Amino acid sequence: MFLINCPFCGERDQSEFSSGGEAHIVRPKQPTELSDDEWAEYLFMRKNIKGIQFERWNHVHGCRKWFNVVRDTSNDKILSVYKMGEKPPVNYK
Amino acid sequence: MPNYRIHKTEYIDETKRVSFKYDGKTYFGYEGDTLASALLANGIHLVGRSFKYHRPRGIVSCGAEEPNAICQIGSKKDLTEPNVRATELELYEGLEASSQNCWPNVKFDIGGINNFISPLIPAGFYYKTFMWPKSFWKKVYEPLIRLSAGLGKSPTEPDPDIYDHKYVHYDVLVIGGGVSGIIAAKMAAKNNFKTLLVDDKKILGGSTIYQNNDSIKIDDKLSSEWLKNEIQEIKKLSNLTIKTRTSIAAYHGYNFLLAKENLTDHLPEEKKKNKIRQRLWKIRAKKVVIATGSIERPLVFNNNDRPGILLSNSINKYLDYYGVTCGENIILFTNNDSAYETSISLHKKGIKNIIVDLRKSASSELIKQAESLGIKIYFNHVVTNTFGYRKINSLEIMKLSEDGNTTVGNKIRLSCDCLGMSGGWTPMVHMHTQSGGKLDFRDEDQVFLPKENSEDQISVGSCNGDFDLENIIDKTVNKINKFLDIDNQDYQDTNIICSKENDKRNIWLLPNKIPLGKTKCFIDFQNDSTAKDIKLALKEGFRSIEHVKRYTTTGMATDQGKLSNMHALGIIADTAGVKMGTLGTTTFRPPFTPLTFGTLVGRNVGKFFEVVRKTSMHEWHVENNAEFENVGQWKRPWYYPKNGENMHDAVQRESKAARDSAGILDASTLGKIDIQGTDASEFLNRVYTNAWSKLAIGKCRYGLMLNEDGMVYDDGVTTRISENHYLMTTTTGGAANVLSKLEDYLQTEWPELDVYLTSVTDHYSTASICGPNSKKILNKLFPNLDLSDENFPHMSFKEDKLENINCRIMRISFTGEQSYEINIESKYGHSLWKMCIEAGKEFNLTPYGTETMHLLRAEKGFIIVGQDTDGTMTPSDLQMDWIVSKKKFDFIGKRSLYRSDTVREDRKQLVGLLTDDPKEILEEGSQIISDVKSKPIDMLGHVTSSYFSPNLNKSIALAVVRSGKTMKGQKLIIPMENKNINVTVSDTIFLDKENKRLNA
Ligand SMILES: [Zn+2]
Repeated sequence: MFLINCPFCGERDQSEFSSGGEAHIVRPKQPTELSDDEWAEYLFMRKNIKGIQFERWNHVHGCRKWFNVVRDTSNDKILSVYKMGEKPPVNYK
Repeated sequence: MPNYRIHKTEYIDETKRVSFKYDGKTYFGYEGDTLASALLANGIHLVGRSFKYHRPRGIVSCGAEEPNAICQIGSKKDLTEPNVRATELELYEGLEASSQNCWPNVKFDIGGINNFISPLIPAGFYYKTFMWPKSFWKKVYEPLIRLSAGLGKSPTEPDPDIYDHKYVHYDVLVIGGGVSGIIAAKMAAKNNFKTLLVDDKKILGGSTIYQNNDSIKIDDKLSSEWLKNEIQEIKKLSNLTIKTRTSIAAYHGYNFLLAKENLTDHLPEEKKKNKIRQRLWKIRAKKVVIATGSIERPLVFNNNDRPGILLSNSINKYLDYYGVTCGENIILFTNNDSAYETSISLHKKGIKNIIVDLRKSASSELIKQAESLGIKIYFNHVVTNTFGYRKINSLEIMKLSEDGNTTVGNKIRLSCDCLGMSGGWTPMVHMHTQSGGKLDFRDEDQVFLPKENSEDQISVGSCNGDFDLENIIDKTVNKINKFLDIDNQDYQDTNIICSKENDKRNIWLLPNKIPLGKTKCFIDFQNDSTAKDIKLALKEGFRSIEHVKRYTTTGMATDQGKLSNMHALGIIADTAGVKMGTLGTTTFRPPFTPLTFGTLVGRNVGKFFEVVRKTSMHEWHVENNAEFENVGQWKRPWYYPKNGENMHDAVQRESKAARDSAGILDASTLGKIDIQGTDASEFLNRVYTNAWSKLAIGKCRYGLMLNEDGMVYDDGVTTRISENHYLMTTTTGGAANVLSKLEDYLQTEWPELDVYLTSVTDHYSTASICGPNSKKILNKLFPNLDLSDENFPHMSFKEDKLENINCRIMRISFTGEQSYEINIESKYGHSLWKMCIEAGKEFNLTPYGTETMHLLRAEKGFIIVGQDTDGTMTPSDLQMDWIVSKKKFDFIGKRSLYRSDTVREDRKQLVGLLTDDPKEILEEGSQIISDVKSKPIDMLGHVTSSYFSPNLNKSIALAVVRSGKTMKGQKLIIPMENKNINVTVSDTIFLDKENKRLNA
């Protein structure tokens, strides 16, 4: 059970949060100009990394804010949290 | 009756005699006993039958590792518990226990016949039966397995006990109250760490608390005396919480642990009443010290499972802690020094005993002490067989060859009434590995040890492979100082004297002249797997320890292989000729010992199982005999039976009344989201498929919301209240998810939009009045409101007051009738409802529930998201192309509507179905086909909604059918169990296609 440091509320139990999958997938600005393959890439394709992964989490039973998390999936350590719109920490590239 | 209680100890209160029943017979013990110690005091060793061969089995240990002495407690239908370990169960007045897995009784057991046919039950027996003829399985194996399988009985009625959950936070959690745990807890608490110390036993002290050998001393005192002093001291520390009878069940990531505290299991019946039985502690600790100790290993030799054969150290505990001897003529069989402590203890109490030691020779303080007491020691010898059916009465030993691979010389027969075995010690690394820690293998004494300690977790004491007291104390002190970054000097001058073990010899499967196939060398006592089974599994090609474990069921019983896993690994390594450290171990999964369901569930039972949501009108519905339907957490009126009506009759009456005169529905549960901001219109444009910018203030519009994959997600009517203010309604079940989805897009994709969302579902109550007389009823309620179709047309909104209370009135319709939804602040909901009912009396205003609502909307072909859709339906599949804007640049899901898959013409599409026999009502979920003869039968779709319409006087249904749009007028078949029903594909709108009733 993770302890997640919500950037707005502080450390809370994982049961207050819901996970929203991979982070930094930007919705295409002009979907109509994409081919089926390009749209499918946006819509369906997600990474499943053993190691450092960038994820979206929502403090759903708290402030209801979405934010980003850097998590090492091999040991579940959360390395960093940062707000939506902020750039991912460069040291985890 | 025999009495094996031979001396007094401070842990047994002989002034408090306790009577208990075991297998129907009454016995006596004392306060302080466990069920196991009390049975042993009465000379009872035989406590059960083994799982597969039904061999007689006795008490083996004194703790959580016990494989045999598991029993059923109590016999009431609601209060009986199986698989309780007699070695952990504290004795109380009135305890009723019985042995498990032995029908008809423990002494005469029919399943014992399995023992003689055991060549027929090899490793993988259960798997192999699946490969044999089916007829064999039904007639032979299943009855056999069912008869002999099963550990205990579960209660058949709800658990009457109270259970509790509690969250706690600590700086330091120490698991285990033995000598190292006590030292760690004291050091932490004295250095300002808020500390919790848990131990599963009744008192602290571990195995040192009853240690009384003079060769082991701390500061010139017996180690037990020294430790008692320490315990007195830590009890005074204000920073330290001590929880005994508390065991850690699971160690999760981020130092989140679950502990079970036993509060009343040791109390007599009358004192248990109205008290919390068990509490689940949910612990978050900044740092965790694991001091869980180690358990003694058995030895694997022929017939090592007879009653009267125990672990050597358990014999010691029964003697020195409980005052009970396990026999009068005891043999100790060992490969290490610890059995010598037992031997010396027994000797001092006058119990005759001899030692059989695997090692060629050994020298240490303990061994010298035993020798000087004149205790007979057979070095370099091995037990090759034991005798006695219900209890051991003698055994044979032989000399070991130089290499230890075989036996030499003559058999020596020795009589005994008890055998203690000690195969060394296994550190309890469960907690370390449960938390994700890795293990290392130490060759010299064949143990797995925690590989590394992290900054927030550490293992100390014998669970870390430190076995003698000097090592334990010195290393614990050093490690804790480093771990907590403190400089505690409490133990600087502690003077420890203890015997040091110098000689080791380990043989996993002891040699025997008898071929392995003819021996019974048990590894897992509870699941009856032998060394032969393991070897057979290897011969059949199994290599991975995880596979061998499952194939032979070794380590898979309720004790989870605490005594057997190491031997299984050792024998696999020896047989395969590989180093044991390279094999890895099986996974240690929580819980460490079984938990009751009650503990896990806590107080979330009965009406606390889930939150129940009720509308403001709920009491009225109850008073008017409504039957309720659960919709999410909501209780919604389903129908209102009158004069003994059944559901069908009630729904037919309600449906007819709504169309003939007027009906009223409690619509409060629909999700309501208040949307405000200068970009509110633009936001709606992006989330709904149709256009919203041009919706006039005071008007309402129906919207369909898609997922990004183009599939219908939710629907509802949204009203424009003012320039930058909308009120969106969602389905009852979808309300929370829709809000989450909208928030997600607003926060992450379109943060530039000026939009604010507020859930107001609970803030407003809604009464929906429909039918040709609805306008007249509204006029009575709101006499000043101009209800003319010109001023207040369909799909528009007005505000008015009902006795000074503001109401929002929407003229919208889910039934196809002229219809008004009146919204009022929730606290006035009940009054509003009663005023509506009063005003509607002269018009036969009929309350109707969800079933009638579903029927009425189906007559009009309106979909219900989640009933007629299932996450695979596009608007076009629903024949709702009209609601998808062609002009809008983008909206959620737009691009997916012309993916190659979504434009396929043979997708399942929504159609109407009419049965050839208008009285025949289809079953929702029925399959639809066109040809009964084709093989395999081509499945075209299924029925999603089906009703008998009283207004049309015929059966109607909605269905999804492959290429359904092109099939109007076509005949199809609904195959049922004993007949085929003929249907014709129709339009989805069955009633009032021209919408005349909306303005009637
Ligand atoms: Zn938060």
